[in-house]
Amino acid sequence: MRNRSIAAFAALALFVIPACAPGSDSASDRPEEKPASEVQTDPAELGDVTLTVWDQEVRGGQEEQITKLNKAFEREYPNIEINRVPRSFDDLRNTSKLGLTGNEAPDVLQVNNGKQDMGSFVEAGLLQPLDSYAEAYGWGERFSDSVLRLSKYPDSGDQIGEGKLYGLPQTAELVGIFYNKEKLAELDLEPPKTWREFDAALEKARSAGELPIQFGNLEKTPGIFLFSFAMHRFGDPQTESELALGAPGATWDTDANRKAARQLLDWADANYLTRGFSGVTEDDAWEKFASGTGVFHVSGTWLTADLQEAMGENVGFLLPPPNNDQSSVTGGTGLPFAISAKSQNQDAAAAYIEFITSAEAMKVLAETGNLPVNEAGSQGAKGLQRQVFDAWQQTTGSESLVPYLDYATGSAFETITGGVEQLLSKQLEVPAFLEKLQKDLDSGSGGN
Amino acid sequence: MSRTLTTSTTSSTATRRNKAAPSTTPPGEPRRVGYLYLLPALLVYGVFLLFPLLHSGWLSLYEWDGLSVGTWAGLDNYVGIFTEEGALASFGHVGVLVVFFAVIPVCIGLVLATALHRIRVRGLPFFRTSLFLPQVIAMVVVAVAWQQIYAPDGALNEALRFIGLDGITRTWLGDSGTALFAVGAVGTWVQTGLVVVLMLGGIGKISDELFDAARLDGAGVVWEFRAVILPALRKEIGVALTLTVIAALRTFDLVYMMTPQGGPGGSTTVPSYEVYYQAFRAGEVGSAAAIGVVITLLAFGITFLITRITGRER
Repeated sequence: MRNRSIAAFAALALFVIPACAPGSDSASDRPEEKPASEVQTDPAELGDVTLTVWDQEVRGGQEEQITKLNKAFEREYPNIEINRVPRSFDDLRNTSKLGLTGNEAPDVLQVNNGKQDMGSFVEAGLLQPLDSYAEAYGWGERFSDSVLRLSKYPDSGDQIGEGKLYGLPQTAELVGIFYNKEKLAELDLEPPKTWREFDAALEKARSAGELPIQFGNLEKTPGIFLFSFAMHRFGDPQTESELALGAPGATWDTDANRKAARQLLDWADANYLTRGFSGVTEDDAWEKFASGTGVFHVSGTWLTADLQEAMGENVGFLLPPPNNDQSSVTGGTGLPFAISAKSQNQDAAAAYIEFITSAEAMKVLAETGNLPVNEAGSQGAKGLQRQVFDAWQQTTGSESLVPYLDYATGSAFETITGGVEQLLSKQLEVPAFLEKLQKDLDSGSGGN
Repeated sequence: MSRTLTTSTTSSTATRRNKAAPSTTPPGEPRRVGYLYLLPALLVYGVFLLFPLLHSGWLSLYEWDGLSVGTWAGLDNYVGIFTEEGALASFGHVGVLVVFFAVIPVCIGLVLATALHRIRVRGLPFFRTSLFLPQVIAMVVVAVAWQQIYAPDGALNEALRFIGLDGITRTWLGDSGTALFAVGAVGTWVQTGLVVVLMLGGIGKISDELFDAARLDGAGVVWEFRAVILPALRKEIGVALTLTVIAALRTFDLVYMMTPQGGPGGSTTVPSYEVYYQAFRAGEVGSAAAIGVVITLLAFGITFLITRITGRER
């Protein structure tokens, strides 16, 4: 009996372990590209097509805009039917690998820009380069270079910002300062335009018994935002971008970065940050800020709709003050829409991406409370939304956009968030912190 | 009377034999037919459990990012578990969790069940139900609730301040010294109810005569516990330990929700979290599979030991 079951196991094992390795060798055949002149830009000419689209536009205004745009697209081109598969961000991230390698790959899907997602898909030849579509549709004129480069990878997939274009985003994000207008007025302060004014405001707030900066770092993500915010005080967009993108030769061991790390510690030591921030969740932090605890909150524009709803006219948004005359601000785009290399309907897929990023689409995005990646300045908006739109317009106009710090390597996100957390809890000194970041950068560039 | 009965029995046996005569084999033979009955369950088990398990074992021998072609790595991924700081630490952390999830609840459960049995409290079903409740609540909800309790201005710190213990208030989940214990304590809270209910059931089965006999012999509470309750609850303790140890080994939701990204300074990483991180974030499917295999072997080994020790007397 026992022998027999062992034999059965062995037979099963033989069946399962054939002498082949997991995965497919698709990297050797790169996706074919056709010249721009052969791109069919009129979707009406494409015959009956069903486009499968995987997106993560599932929250409030996102859901609203994509549903509207999909309906408008289908109305305009009745020959194309959209089969929408909505997923949450995490869910999409966890399933796109299987989806793209499977036999029924989606035609269009949103892909996270990072090296670990878009980079590895490009390396494996799973995404279609969009350069000829960009030429045919003139995307280069519509999108800022600082935006397009966040969806570019070379065939090796190891250097974001170089090589071919693989996706287009609909929306934008900025990390800046939200401020409580009433509190500033009570403290007799103007919204700070320089770092000196910001310092003075923090100190005045603290001595008046107010919490200067509302900050909750349990998830560790806010730490990376606060650190890059501090970097803007001493850096310039060029150098910071090189670090963020993991460009060859980029180094953390600079005077500016040491000062930025110390700045973070100074804020913590001066009690400018929420007490026990390492145990406060991100959501708790902004909710407390919205309900009147904290003069400033350094976070991203994804909070715009929530904060405007909770605080009305009482909340404002500021870009980080400039370092002398150099402005830099951390930000990025929403998840870009990419085309699967396996898609049989690439022209229709490109036409769909063109449609949902067109000038008309930008209007829909603004109306539904999103920050449109293009033409934000000319959209109608009020209050906080108006300030955010103008801030984005100013950022792309002045090329001061710095990408998120976690694009550099596959493990940069964990390394930097973990590093900032340890720096703030005094488990890492400034030099050791920068060394840790440098080590990750070195291990990630060229290879992996 | 008795004679007729015997004859009728014999005759009925005879008829049965006669009926069975066309088949030349004894009943239940050939034995292989038995496997036919096993087949449906075995198929389901094989497709959904054995095959994935073997598949993971196979993947664990490769270095694979989940996309391109994997390269043969032999046992490198397993060696990596013991040489890489992160993976090994996560197994250390889960050891601490076993104490909180299994050892402490079983101790508390034994004492509590004995007390509840002895005192014969009124409304026992109510206490039993409320003790068991944490088991019924989804772990994610448990995690969010306790996150609030442990928050810097949360209930725990407020309570400590109220009784004048300001000195020991801290950011329980944000401090690398306390985060793992904070998570573990929640495990104790969740598992104790299960253990108490199991033990109460066990004690209920002990014949009252045994207790009477022990008391006649002059046994006190402690002696009664050692001589009567503990030996009788051997099996229940085995079951409770098996369930709670496995719960500790596969802890993921609690840690993932309460202390995102492995907690302060990576102090709350556990093997299941490492599997998730390696496979879905770092793109190291081979290492993830290797850790998964090790968890499986560990769970198997420990439960084997537990049943061996607690089930010896049969």
